[in-house]
Amino acid sequence: MPERSSDNTYFLKDVRLLDPSQGLDREGHLHIRDGKVAGIGDLEIPRSGKGPVIAGNGWVVAPGLVDVHAHFREPGFEYKETIATGSQSAVSGGFTSVCVMANTDPVNDHPGVTLDMIRKADDIGLCRVFPIGAVSVGLKGETLTEMGSLAQAGCVGFSDDGYPVRTSRLLKRALEYSAMFGKPVIDHCEDRDLSDGGVMNEGWVATELGLRGIPNASEEVIVSRDLEVLKTTNGHLHIAHLSTAGAVRLVREAKRRHLNVTAETCPHYFSLTDEAVRCHHADAKMNPPLRSEEDRLAIIEGLRDGTIDMIATDHAPHAPFEKEKEFDQAPFGIIGLETALSLGIVLVREGMLDLTSLLYLMSVRPARAFGLPRGEIREGGRADLVLFDPDGMWEAGIPSFLSRSRNSPFRGRKLPGRVMMTFVDGRKVFDRREGGS
Amino acid sequence: MDALRTPHLLTVSDLTPGEMEGIFRTADSFLDLSSRTVKKVPSLRGKTVVNLFYEPSTRTRTSFEIAAKRLSADVINITTSQSSVVKGESLLDTVRTIEALGADGVVIRHPASGVPEWISRRVGCHVINAGDGLHEHPTQALLDLFTIQKRKGRLKGLRVAIVGDILHSRVARSNIRAMSLMGISVRLVGPPTLIPKDRGDWNAEVFHDLREGISDCDVVMALRLQLERATANYIPSLKEYAKFYGISPSVLQSARPDVLVLHPGPINRGIEIQDEEGFREHSGILDQVHFGVGIRMAVLYLLMAGGNKGEGNA
Ligand SMILES: [Zn+2]
Repeated sequence: MPERSSDNTYFLKDVRLLDPSQGLDREGHLHIRDGKVAGIGDLEIPRSGKGPVIAGNGWVVAPGLVDVHAHFREPGFEYKETIATGSQSAVSGGFTSVCVMANTDPVNDHPGVTLDMIRKADDIGLCRVFPIGAVSVGLKGETLTEMGSLAQAGCVGFSDDGYPVRTSRLLKRALEYSAMFGKPVIDHCEDRDLSDGGVMNEGWVATELGLRGIPNASEEVIVSRDLEVLKTTNGHLHIAHLSTAGAVRLVREAKRRHLNVTAETCPHYFSLTDEAVRCHHADAKMNPPLRSEEDRLAIIEGLRDGTIDMIATDHAPHAPFEKEKEFDQAPFGIIGLETALSLGIVLVREGMLDLTSLLYLMSVRPARAFGLPRGEIREGGRADLVLFDPDGMWEAGIPSFLSRSRNSPFRGRKLPGRVMMTFVDGRKVFDRREGGS
Repeated sequence: MDALRTPHLLTVSDLTPGEMEGIFRTADSFLDLSSRTVKKVPSLRGKTVVNLFYEPSTRTRTSFEIAAKRLSADVINITTSQSSVVKGESLLDTVRTIEALGADGVVIRHPASGVPEWISRRVGCHVINAGDGLHEHPTQALLDLFTIQKRKGRLKGLRVAIVGDILHSRVARSNIRAMSLMGISVRLVGPPTLIPKDRGDWNAEVFHDLREGISDCDVVMALRLQLERATANYIPSLKEYAKFYGISPSVLQSARPDVLVLHPGPINRGIEIQDEEGFREHSGILDQVHFGVGIRMAVLYLLMAGGNKGEGNA
């Protein structure tokens, strides 16, 4: 359990202090007191009475990671994940703030549901949890939710994720109305009609495996629609889980036209291609699907040139009995909170990104785009922090993830980058040495 | 005997050209047997073969059943309608069933691609794919090639046109692989809606015009058209499909004079095959049924008679 005493005081000795929001990258110590960063740099190492001294071994201290797209499944699907297990999973992956999607049961289309989620998360007291409200009542694509009340209750954005916002007209109204509260409308861009029951990327692998394909156009058609609709409103459109080269191109062009659009991608889209379906089966099944190598490289390019604003996980837990099925019938989605940072570090090792840019994409930028609190490594800054060993190798999901589920194509893969500790408001909410596996 | 390296037959890619020839030789020797009065051999005595069919297919199931019985195996048929799959009978239950029955070999037909492979990783017996979704139907390809070899005397250097719904055909997928392996050049003929755009390392030329596609071909293989393709707009109507892609005596004029016509069955007469009487001497369709039993005996025998149970992969 997290420590709850008011004197949460820690001294992190010999660490690399890295904060992309202020171009900070130096060695030194960091002192946490009363939920804040009390000092950084060449501090005097305390002898006693100032809380535990933690040997940093040159590991990185950075603002805690922020995920704008996760599914914690509570209420309704607690056998897949709960707010408690999702929170544990998050902090063990270095996340201090997580936005949770509305496709629960009941759907988060009512302030009561939102308040319940927040209350539960507060009781658990690990990461900060920010609900995302539904765009339409029951995710049915018909009636706009009471966005004002949802925002008052604590929703930080609106999405029918799992489904696209069904019609152009509903999207237009949602963008117009939500603009009043400064909250983004987040769209899962997919033309379901074009997907036509597809279960993986349309391409050679699908041809060979005899599985029905989802074409790239399925995503791009709706990204185009959304951008054209956005142009007619003052809203903020956020595009979830970008996966195709064409969609990256569309967003790049829209940004050139100064549209108020942000976009995320997920670690799997820059780490894997549809080839992964051959050996990982349903653990490599998600929507949008893993695409071609050309798409993967375009996603990385989008991260490099700022077209894609942030990395989100689309953490989507499903129970083993649901994934242990015919590929056609298994549900879409993989878990991602515990592997995201490591997969980002793989990109850094491959020279595609530098560590500062990666951390910007995983903390500073998503927090700014969604108006969320974030850690800052400066005196008086909020002590939402992650301490990680960028070179530490580990075997993903062995013996087990902290998530209640284990549907990940990265399970068993040796990855670099090991989260050692996570602090939220100066409280140590995760410590690898205390048996987090 | 021409042993196989693989404990299972899941896709044609599990086999080498040499192994395929071995299967043909073995099938030949079993076919000699079927012309005798006592048709049984004791090769699989004491072994249990489970035919697990999640899709109705009297032809394939019967063919496997006869094959297993001629090898003296005990045969258990389990035919489950598609509805019980929809109702959520889990594949793990299927695995438990196979184990409870003490199967030495299981023959699986399933509407979802990849299921035989999935099962093979979880059971300790031999698994034979009798058709999975849109994926593969390896014994069909083997019997097609065997029929071609019997009728043409060779495989290498022949030219074959596969006509119809390639996109949704496991028969086509297995045949394209098997034919390429055996040195046959393959053409795919059909409307663009029914031919996959991404063909990777399939070494096949694509034609949309039937006469052009079958010109100079030694073999024309017509595929069964699922009638629902018209309602899903893959084709405008069955009538138009029949007009553009139906195999008839007059169309066959464009192929080689000694062309052989194959069809995996069951045939939609008047659609993909028209006026069969008019090209009776070119048809290999009855041979396919006859040779099917020999091929399935050979596959069961070569996988199962050696005494290995196919563990290692379990
Ligand atoms: Zn989504």
